Amino acid sequence: MAAFRIPKGIPVSKVLLNKEDIGRIITRMAHEIIEKNKGVSSLCLIGIQRGGVHLAGRLAARLEEIGRRNIPVGALDIALYRDDITVRKEQPVVRRTEVAFEINNEKVVLVDDVLFTGRSIRAAMDAVMDLGRPSAIQLAVLVDRGHRELPIKADFVGKNVPTSIDETVKVEFEEDGLEDRVVLEWV
Amino acid sequence: MKIVIKNGRVIDPSQGIDGVCDLVIEDGKIKEVKSEKSKGKSQGHENSRGTKEIDASGKLVFPGLVDLHVHLREPGYEYKETIRTGTAAAVKGGITSVCCMPNTNPVNDNSSVTEFILKKAASEGACRVFPIGAITKGQKGEELAEMSIMHEAGCIAFSDDGRPVVDSLMMRRAMEYSRILKVPLISHCEDLALSAGGVMHEGLLSVTLGLKGIPSQAEEVMVARDIALAELTGGRLHIAHVSTGGSVALIRSAKKRGIADITAETCPHYFSITEEAVGNYDANAKVNPPLRSRKDVEAIKRGLSDGTIDVIATDHAPHHRDEKLGEFDFAPSGISGLETSLGLSMRLVDEGVLTYSGLVEKMALRPSGIIGIDRGTLRPGAEADVVVVDCAGECKVDAGEFLSKGKNTPFDGWTLSAKAVLTISLGRIHEWE
Amino acid sequence: MGLKSKDLVGIKALDAADIEQILDTAAGFKDVLGRDIKKVPALRGKTTVNLFYEPSTRTRTSFELAAKRLSTDVINFSVSTSSVVKGESLRDTALTIQALGADFIVVRHSCSGVAHFLADNLASSVLNAGDGTNEHPTQALLDLFTIREKKGVIRGLEVAIVGDILHSRVAKSNIYALKKMGAGVRLIGPPTLVPDVLKDLDVEIYSDMEKGLKDADIVMMLRIQVERQGKGFFPTTVEYFRNWGLTPERLARAKKSALVMHPGPMNRGVEIASDVADGMRSVILDQVTNGLAVRMAVLYLLAGVKE
Ligand SMILES: [Zn+2]
Repeated sequence: MAAFRIPKGIPVSKVLLNKEDIGRIITRMAHEIIEKNKGVSSLCLIGIQRGGVHLAGRLAARLEEIGRRNIPVGALDIALYRDDITVRKEQPVVRRTEVAFEINNEKVVLVDDVLFTGRSIRAAMDAVMDLGRPSAIQLAVLVDRGHRELPIKADFVGKNVPTSIDETVKVEFEEDGLEDRVVLEWV
Repeated sequence: MKIVIKNGRVIDPSQGIDGVCDLVIEDGKIKEVKSEKSKGKSQGHENSRGTKEIDASGKLVFPGLVDLHVHLREPGYEYKETIRTGTAAAVKGGITSVCCMPNTNPVNDNSSVTEFILKKAASEGACRVFPIGAITKGQKGEELAEMSIMHEAGCIAFSDDGRPVVDSLMMRRAMEYSRILKVPLISHCEDLALSAGGVMHEGLLSVTLGLKGIPSQAEEVMVARDIALAELTGGRLHIAHVSTGGSVALIRSAKKRGIADITAETCPHYFSITEEAVGNYDANAKVNPPLRSRKDVEAIKRGLSDGTIDVIATDHAPHHRDEKLGEFDFAPSGISGLETSLGLSMRLVDEGVLTYSGLVEKMALRPSGIIGIDRGTLRPGAEADVVVVDCAGECKVDAGEFLSKGKNTPFDGWTLSAKAVLTISLGRIHEWE
Repeated sequence: MGLKSKDLVGIKALDAADIEQILDTAAGFKDVLGRDIKKVPALRGKTTVNLFYEPSTRTRTSFELAAKRLSTDVINFSVSTSSVVKGESLRDTALTIQALGADFIVVRHSCSGVAHFLADNLASSVLNAGDGTNEHPTQALLDLFTIREKKGVIRGLEVAIVGDILHSRVAKSNIYALKKMGAGVRLIGPPTLVPDVLKDLDVEIYSDMEKGLKDADIVMMLRIQVERQGKGFFPTTVEYFRNWGLTPERLARAKKSALVMHPGPMNRGVEIASDVADGMRSVILDQVTNGLAVRMAVLYLLAGVKE
């Protein structure tokens, strides 16, 4: 039976979403955002560094196609707002926050690739609040893998993926020189 | 009582001995050195009662070492060292005669301090102590101290060590005057203006560490002056702790010209380590004169091997642990050297700089000659000051184990190949593992 | 990634990758400084102690503000140098501060090596804010940050450092940092203040200001301690300015695009002419702003070093 045993320590993976799936999901989420907000006026997108930034760019492009209006897109670095800075093994890299538009009284859609414990979103909301006072914050994620540790819920979910805690969900983007896909990995 | 140290390789340059012999000691004096050949004749007398036999096979047997430059710190700085702890440390390092510098508190610039030191040494000392008196009162460089009264009390040389006699005229007078006693003046050569504020050797390292440098020339300027004054006065000059190649060259040429009565000493740290030992501000490597460059170290070794430098002394300068902790600039200068001197100097033999006889000459015979004492020899009739040296094993320097109160050494953790395992001093046998 | 040591004692101990990482991180903090709310919660709950044995309003304020903008608590602890010799030992003071729970100790002292000593003896992160004539690493880092910001690169630039190199911790840290990052370094000043031995660090040495400034990309001026004139390092400040003061005419020898830097505080008319200090090429005020970003970056990165 030894021949069938998976050797320890070697990651095993399963593709959850491919390029086409992701494209379809983004289109659907764009429609949902328009529907919920009754249009695209006073809407802006802020992606969380780094995966969320790529996603926000694509969502915005789709929203602009549909809504025929420019959607401001920003990038948010949450490193300085995390609650685990002093317990992590390595200090998170500080990237740039680039939000070159007013968010006061705007509806901000926070965009991230994977929703997990909810802690990044908590940090992101604090970071957004330091930039101004939006009229509302909504959350759009490509994958919700469960295991929330905070009372946070996404407004727009690309795909719900039940996972076990020791699995990891990896999202790869063309923007980083990879192929668009979402992979579930476990050891 | 009779002691026989058997089968050791006895080194005694005073008699030209270098060979496996038995050393016989009787009533605190050297009785004889019996070579292999002569051993047979007296066989019948051995193992008689009251004879202590010591097996020294595979080991070296030297006359007890004589250290011309030691700071015993008593009176006044007993928290750094005392006569008791300093002499105990000396004996552990194979040293049986210690010349102590006068920069105590009060300064040894009068006979009552000299008498105090000798009395203390007689009651608590593990070895003989020979006080060095101050040249000037309070070592202030202004008025001559009572040299001949101190000489009568037991001072064997004079020095303002710790600082130079700055005023050239004062130094001239001291050299002239000291001729009546036929004793050496030991000069701490340092141009205080050139060295002012300095804490290490001047060079790239001092600049990049941001520490004020002491150029080699601060020493050499003063060596040149004192040689000139010795020539002028005919006084006996002994130059302390030579640290630079330039000083070696000046002394070499003066000796070659034969114009003055000059001897010189260096210390183990000046031929064992360089300025690099300061590392990241290790105050245990802060010493005056400072540790110099690699080139200087090589020049010192040449000076030792060609006879320019007569003596290896320790400049044992113990300090309290707290004094060496903290700001490098504020730490006092000095290395606790009594317990590493022999081991470090033996490296010179390993490196071919000196022979065993040459080493014993620099560490025992010559220093005795310079201060006019009948020590540093195994001649029959001499005091039984003896050290047995093991140079077969390895021993680790552990400052924590020093008998000296001063644990300030840059050699902590070093592995040396030689150490004293037995010292006979003042009729007592001290033995270590 | 991450720095290797819990302390920033000097540039000597850093490599090019460390420097690069600090500059990159500082860029992120410069963003923060441009916002309405300039404070981030990153180091909430941590304590920074400024331990200053030398008075320095500029550096202390910069560190204090940097620490506060990262949400650490800040305590200022000033000890006059005169009380150092007789008073409590450095080690005892430092242990006391550590016992108060300091995570960061920012130290300025007139003796070289003090930052090293504290770093070796304390578990807290030690940041050297200038020790004697040894190093002032954050000043060099903010200078490099400013150069990179204005010039895009550091490698290949020719940087002339003018003045009292011997006694300048700013110059020393800059020499090491610039060489590590691939810039050319020229040192200009009187031979009494620019030791020849520094040639061994692969730098060029000039006593002639005109020659030394030729085609330089950066002219970094150092503050001249007026007290040095009595000590024989140079005769008078008048003669000093005549030989090594940065005037518009002399600056014309450097490249047209050359930047003028000064760590402050300036002695106008001693080492730098007012026209130059206030001129178009002066980036002296940018240096101050960037100092804040760089010090935030260093605090942030050191917080991430686990021993
Ligand atoms: Zn001396």
